[in-house]
Amino acid sequence: MNDFVDIGAVEDIPVRAARVVKTPQGCIAVFRTATNKVYAIDDKCPHKGGPLSNGIQHDESITCPLHNWVFDLNTGQAKGADEGSVKTYTIKVTDGRILMDTSEFIPEMAAE
Amino acid sequence: MAQKLVIIGAGMASGRLIEHLLDNDPNAYDITLFNAEPRGNYNRIMLSPVLSGEKTYEDIITHSDDWYAENNVTTYFGEAVTTIDQDAKTVTSKSHTVTYDKLVIATGSAPFIIPVPGKDLSGVMAYRDLDDVNKMLAACDKKNAKAVVIGGGLLGLEAAAGLKEQGMDVTVLHIAGHLMERQLDPAAGHLLRKELENRDIKIHTEGFTKAILGEDKVDAVLLEDGTIYEADIVVMSAGIRPETRIATDLGLHVERGIVVDDGMQTSDPNIFAVGECIEHQDQLYGLVAPLYDQAKVLGANLLGGDEIFSPVEISTKLKVTGCDLFSAGDFAEGSDREEIVFRDAVRGVYKRLIIQKNIIIGAVMYGDTADGGWFLQKIKDREDISELRDTLIFGPNFASGAPSDPLAAVAALPLDAEICGCNGVSKGDILAAIEGGADSLDAVKMLTKASTSCGTCAGLTAQVVQIGLGDDFVLPEADTICKCSDYSHDDVRKLIISKELKTIPDIMQELQWKTSCGCITCRPALNYYLVCAWPGEYVDDGQSRYINERVHANIQKDGTYSVVPRMWGGITTPDELRAIADAADKYNVPTVKVTGGQRIDLLGIEKEDLPAIWYDLNEAGMVSGQAYAKGLRTVKTCVGSDHCRFGTQDSTGLGIQLEKAMWGAWSPHKFKLAVSGCPRNCAEATCKDLGIICVDSGYQILVGGAAGMDLRETELLAQVTTEEEALELACAFYQLYREGAQYLHRPYKWIAKVGLDWVKGQCVEDVENRKALAGRFHYSQTFYQVDPWAERASKGKDAYEYSPLADFSKVAAE
Repeated sequence: MNDFVDIGAVEDIPVRAARVVKTPQGCIAVFRTATNKVYAIDDKCPHKGGPLSNGIQHDESITCPLHNWVFDLNTGQAKGADEGSVKTYTIKVTDGRILMDTSEFIPEMAAE
Repeated sequence: MAQKLVIIGAGMASGRLIEHLLDNDPNAYDITLFNAEPRGNYNRIMLSPVLSGEKTYEDIITHSDDWYAENNVTTYFGEAVTTIDQDAKTVTSKSHTVTYDKLVIATGSAPFIIPVPGKDLSGVMAYRDLDDVNKMLAACDKKNAKAVVIGGGLLGLEAAAGLKEQGMDVTVLHIAGHLMERQLDPAAGHLLRKELENRDIKIHTEGFTKAILGEDKVDAVLLEDGTIYEADIVVMSAGIRPETRIATDLGLHVERGIVVDDGMQTSDPNIFAVGECIEHQDQLYGLVAPLYDQAKVLGANLLGGDEIFSPVEISTKLKVTGCDLFSAGDFAEGSDREEIVFRDAVRGVYKRLIIQKNIIIGAVMYGDTADGGWFLQKIKDREDISELRDTLIFGPNFASGAPSDPLAAVAALPLDAEICGCNGVSKGDILAAIEGGADSLDAVKMLTKASTSCGTCAGLTAQVVQIGLGDDFVLPEADTICKCSDYSHDDVRKLIISKELKTIPDIMQELQWKTSCGCITCRPALNYYLVCAWPGEYVDDGQSRYINERVHANIQKDGTYSVVPRMWGGITTPDELRAIADAADKYNVPTVKVTGGQRIDLLGIEKEDLPAIWYDLNEAGMVSGQAYAKGLRTVKTCVGSDHCRFGTQDSTGLGIQLEKAMWGAWSPHKFKLAVSGCPRNCAEATCKDLGIICVDSGYQILVGGAAGMDLRETELLAQVTTEEEALELACAFYQLYREGAQYLHRPYKWIAKVGLDWVKGQCVEDVENRKALAGRFHYSQTFYQVDPWAERASKGKDAYEYSPLADFSKVAAE
């Protein structure tokens, strides 16, 4: 079951920047692209755990700040020679507000 | 007997609806038309040509009073509908009550007036109808009248261009980073801005209106950043909102707009709605083409049809004479999307197609939009373009198209453009040498001396020679900055200056970048080159910086950060040490380490705690040590003549002076200094980027050392006799390196390329040039000597970095 919750405005994230959403399982990185699309992926590189929210965005990819692994924001898949992936989360943008399906990261809430 | 149809609103959608009804069954309905505006339907999208004086109101009337009379449409213009009674099926205005069998709401939209102080002053207006245009035209009569347009979207820019045409002094304020960001990408937005600025329209992007100033009429507009623009009129063009009040009062289903089904019916089966006031499948509509489709669907359904409205792809064009732009479809980037980009810097042309699975899904064009319709058709038809792909961007006449010319930017340079700064060789000099018989790059270099000194203009020289010699010349392979460009680092740096490129999108457009927004290699380099070239003018792009420089601390392997306060020349005090110890306690710093550069490093700090610990350190008088920067790091010193029995000069004092003069500067790579008080060299000055060894007779200035992946001993740049000379030469050398070296090259790499003799010539032997270099350095420093910690700890800069967007971590625990 979907459980969409308003987590903030698109404007709260500068263009090409990212912010984190804290969850009981760790942080989720929420990215705003140059064209105002919003993506959410786990804020943890599968290589050495680097915080992806701190990387540099280019096109719709993010480069990990620790060892330059590159991930596709749409799919969470590593690009280039590296293999691995990060979990992606569903985002809806309505009227400039960002909605996340909390049931994807807080099972307890959905069960209530 | 004819049914009674009442329509509220005489706009473009309802005008088209009436035409459909009359064409298909003129006797089906008795039509009554209410309109709050005191006139009938006119072509609202042509208001801009009326404003600019290219058309008159009469030219744009679509339905005259005579037309309504001939077609038996009863009209009540200038009468806003005040109440609707759903049970009695009546509509009431100030002086008429009319019964209906079917009711159509076509109230359109209302301009969004941004809620700032002063919004109600006389002289503040929207840009929506003929009355607004008349108010603007009246304001143009005053001599030297000034207008501020709030909103750099389609309508705002049309208003700005029209007002300029009428002789007003016009400033456009726009909150986004580039104009028309909903229709254009940054590159096309840049070209549009250039065109408008050429017409003397001032553009202020990222301009947030704080207040409109004035007593009883508007005098000026104040921005959040403190800028004030004088204004006789202020035109609000910050977007529109569906006009839904009457539907809300009735209790119809209203979200952002009046919700209609596919047949344009509202939640009341006898009430319908069309145009900008509706919401259909979560979408609002502001352009005319879908409104006409809605009118056609409703016209058919009111006559017993069963049509459904299904929106199709539409395009946008700006109605400003001379600004050719076109935008259609979805032009966002995406990993499952490819793009084809064509840039012609000479003609100011930019075209970008976005392709997904061999189908064009979006197109943005500027400068040459002739093929827009052809691309739009392909978007609508979802045509597979794989066969056409190679020549697609050249449009339907691809046979006459030519591939993008990598020499275009150089070809566009004027003859007096400087190519080789060292030897004062212009583009014209090189072409003259070729005309005089030089038939190869080497011959040109021998004759003109171009690119024979520091060599950084080698790529440019070769390109000018190629232009002069024509097809026979083969350009030698040069190392390009990255896969996004055909230019080398050196070429890009020179063209930034000679073409006065002042933003990253400017560079990418003018130098024909092959990607829309660059990559992790070129963006940080371009950002630095602009920081260096245009101090005080360029606005640093944090998103083009590596995280350490964005948050002013060093990221560690576990995602925590290290914080290093500056200790001038390695000198500290008990108070500073106490403050550092207190901070270490307060923030549970797991590791406190003394660095190689004579500083104290606090390791393992959570990102969220950074502003707080900086605040505490600032309070104790300390600033960022910039231990993370591609910029000035530390000046390491020995105790010198103050205490040491061998010390020849005050090495600590000179180190502190150097650090005070040079801190805060950005450079191609990190820059470390040391000052030793005697040749015993306790400060290890001979492996620094710049080291000074004090001797009895003065100061040896040593450069080009390294103790990293490469180990290099410094070489002597010069020996000087006074502290003042040592300081001037150090700053001049640093500036020469800052202006000339490729991004991520330490000085030793740069010196290996340009030669130490050339460096000496520039900053030792040529005294004038040394002073000029030092002067440019000190000028730049007036902008960059700002403590980045204080800006963030006390002034809230980039606050988004240090707090989560949302926190659900405690929700589950409750």
